[in-house]
Amino acid sequence: MPGDTPSPGSGAVACVRDLVKNFKGAEKPALDGVSLEIPTGRVTGLVGPDGAGKTTLIRILAGLMAPDKGSVSVLGGAPGKDMEHVGYMPQRFGLYEDLTVQQNLDLYADMRALPADEREATFSRLLEFTDLARFRDRLAGALSGGMKQKLGLACALVKTPRLLLLDEPGVGVDPISRRELWAMVQELITDGLGVLWSTAYLDEAEKCDSVYLLSEGELLFSGDPAELTCSVEDRVVRLTGFEKRRRKVLTQMLDREGVIDGTIQGRSVRLLLKTPDELKGESGFEIAPAQPRFEDGFIERLGGGPKGTSALAEAYRNIEAGDGPAIEAKGLTRRFGDFTAAHDVSFSVPYGSIFGLLGPNGAGKSTTFKMLCGLLTPTEGSGAVAGHDLRSSGGRARAALGYMAQKFSLYGELSVAQNLNFFAGAYGLEGRDARHAVERVTEIFELGDRLKATAGTLPLGFKQRLALAAAVLHEPPVLFLDEPTSGVDPVTRREFWMHINGLVEKGVAVLVTTHFMEEAEYCDAITLIYRSEQIASGTPDELKSQAADMADLDDPTMEDTFIAMIEASDAQRPQEDGRAESEAA
Amino acid sequence: MSGALKAMIVKEFWELLRDPKARITLVLPPLIQLLIFSFAVTLQVENVAIGVLDRSSGTASTELIQRIAGAETFDEVRRLGSAEELRRAIDRQEVLAALVIEQDFDSRIARDETATVGVVLDGRRSNAAQIVGGYLTRIAADTGLELRPASTPPPQNAIAINWFNPNLEYIWFNMPSLLVVIVSVSCLSVTAQTVAREREMGTFDQLMVSPLTVPQILIGKMVPPFFVGLFNGSVYLVVAPLVFGVPFTGSIPWFYVGLTIYLVSLVGLGMFVSALSTTQQQAFLGSFVATIPVILLSGFASPLENMPDWLRAITYINPARYFMEISIGQFLKAMPAADMLPLLWPLVVIGFVTIAVSGWLFRARME
Repeated sequence: MPGDTPSPGSGAVACVRDLVKNFKGAEKPALDGVSLEIPTGRVTGLVGPDGAGKTTLIRILAGLMAPDKGSVSVLGGAPGKDMEHVGYMPQRFGLYEDLTVQQNLDLYADMRALPADEREATFSRLLEFTDLARFRDRLAGALSGGMKQKLGLACALVKTPRLLLLDEPGVGVDPISRRELWAMVQELITDGLGVLWSTAYLDEAEKCDSVYLLSEGELLFSGDPAELTCSVEDRVVRLTGFEKRRRKVLTQMLDREGVIDGTIQGRSVRLLLKTPDELKGESGFEIAPAQPRFEDGFIERLGGGPKGTSALAEAYRNIEAGDGPAIEAKGLTRRFGDFTAAHDVSFSVPYGSIFGLLGPNGAGKSTTFKMLCGLLTPTEGSGAVAGHDLRSSGGRARAALGYMAQKFSLYGELSVAQNLNFFAGAYGLEGRDARHAVERVTEIFELGDRLKATAGTLPLGFKQRLALAAAVLHEPPVLFLDEPTSGVDPVTRREFWMHINGLVEKGVAVLVTTHFMEEAEYCDAITLIYRSEQIASGTPDELKSQAADMADLDDPTMEDTFIAMIEASDAQRPQEDGRAESEAA
Repeated sequence: MSGALKAMIVKEFWELLRDPKARITLVLPPLIQLLIFSFAVTLQVENVAIGVLDRSSGTASTELIQRIAGAETFDEVRRLGSAEELRRAIDRQEVLAALVIEQDFDSRIARDETATVGVVLDGRRSNAAQIVGGYLTRIAADTGLELRPASTPPPQNAIAINWFNPNLEYIWFNMPSLLVVIVSVSCLSVTAQTVAREREMGTFDQLMVSPLTVPQILIGKMVPPFFVGLFNGSVYLVVAPLVFGVPFTGSIPWFYVGLTIYLVSLVGLGMFVSALSTTQQQAFLGSFVATIPVILLSGFASPLENMPDWLRAITYINPARYFMEISIGQFLKAMPAADMLPLLWPLVVIGFVTIAVSGWLFRARME
């Protein structure tokens, strides 16, 4: 390895200097001159959107990959040498899904050569710690997302490590399980252990003792997360009391030079300003300081969010609101054998609004979503999209909706242009109409240079754009979004929601499922699904105030609200065995 | 054709041509099989070693042995000293067959009696042994005729004439059969991947929420493998006569009628495998599992007449069985249209059933 072995500071268990790693065929290096130190006794956060280089860095630390340039020291030696004292929890493939919880633990104990006489004590300690003791004989593949991550953590801990590498333990896990995982890792922290926690969730970053913020392979920030948050202090404000629609206000505000970033939070609009005095003396709204967040600092480092007016929405047709609602669910129920995945779900979404389906993994929100877009046939009840009943005129209902899935689900082997042409044709656009539609989205989403590129090799932000472009080619009156922005960087997410907000102003109705509490804030109405039932519905502000009463919270965030409501629902059924049981079903 | 269907077909072609894995399944198997089957698989018996245990050592026996040594088939005639030596030579596979000439062979011929020759064949290589046995009988009969021209003709004086393939050229039989094998393998493997790939890549839901109907999706997915099969079949139709000298005696339009209907039933079968599989790996294994019986029960490797009744009954649902007959018939027998019809309607039925079932499965597997 080139360069000298870096000498870590006192108490550091791992240390890298000026790492560079290139992958064949990639536009940019995965890591470009990154330095990092993992001290003991605290949680070091490795933060960044998907594709930032987090996994690459962790794999280098685990000795699974060699860097092109730079130096690495783990526990005072080369990486991969002293694996006995390194616990590593990979993002995927960490568990053997066809083995039971106990067999997984046994296997890891064998691999780590844990002496037989220590095993029983270690296992019962870990199972108690992760609350998995009841599930010893269950197959790992049958566990819920949150429980899998806990088991992964337990497996990484069979032999007490000095360095614990956690690659996105919170990914695909609902907010409650994420909080539990975080609390577990906090409990582990001792003077002898250093933890690296990687995450794409910026709110997790705030809780770390120190963070390294990566974006496209570059280190944007390192240090105490509060430092980044403080840099935007006084410049984050909340606007309330305006007459106009909140989305209009946000759009106008974002178009101003002095506004760096803005989001919707319930009835109010939250802004990041260039100078604290930007809005001084203006009328038409009330202005109050707001709590600065780590994400605000990140967005400023990335050069600010996109401007407010969506070119897509500008060019979009005006949706004529029909008589009925845009989306309607009436008593939707779906059973798989004995198991009821969704029970009696009803709501309606008017044109020009966003409706959110929220809930933990496996609670029934995906089932509901799939029934409404025609992927699953309801056992009972009915649904309609743009006035077309899903049973009797499914084809017309499907023609009226645009669909964007959580994971990039366009044709990765096809070029950008081939993807767009296909979706134009699939949605019934022909000849000139198809050509115009493709040209329009190509221009709006700036895909012109990349039309010939293979879709699968695009950078994440462009994939996101392409997916949205394909969904709106035929200018549908209804959009279905399934966790549309999980894992993308906040600027891309802002850009996405800027377009959605613009479309909604044109009359489009949007149904969105999400884990991201920030996305929930954009919704006009939300329904929370838990254990296959709707446990709460209302506007984000209504739900927050309900949660404030329920759990005696002062100004709860959307995530607090989510957790409070689920805990309240569990409290109503005390005779049952906690939520973990249902989560696993 | 509706624009949506056209878009679907174009997309499927692009996917087939842009995916490097799919491209390999397109080109490699037909090429490799053309090489292997046309040069390595031979049903002719050549370069055989034969043993002779001559206990008579007279003029007649010497004459017989010389004639055998002169035949092209046998490149080595090994003299064996004893029955024990004979047993060992067969056992070690040093010789495929051994001739036993008894002591009274010459004296019987001299007395104008019927003389017999014993033949020991290695049953472990039954096919080759049977053919060698046939050669030896003929040589022995010829020799007998010449040694005793005055005597009455031997009871078996039939002269075999092989119709349609007078010289029993194995390649005349192999090429039309190989055409069926290649068409089947390439078409099945391409079809089997199509739906499974979409499921694995996560694009399947995207497709199902579009206004495309299930028949449109199915047809769109079936067209490219259909053309892959058509292309491979056409290549063989050209290569077999031009490169390997196999005569094509039938009608080219009727050949294509047969090929088209066969491909439809085959694509239906592939679609069935594809709709059943959730991952590409399953689809790969599935197409393997489907391909083997399709080929083995087609009459290519072993004659259908030799199969037990229950197995022969199964071959009636194997589309390759019918097309095998069509292909060989069109190449070698100038098969008339009237003979085609009884072979075509089962293919139509098979295609109809498999496509209907896979269409149903296609939807049912989502729920």
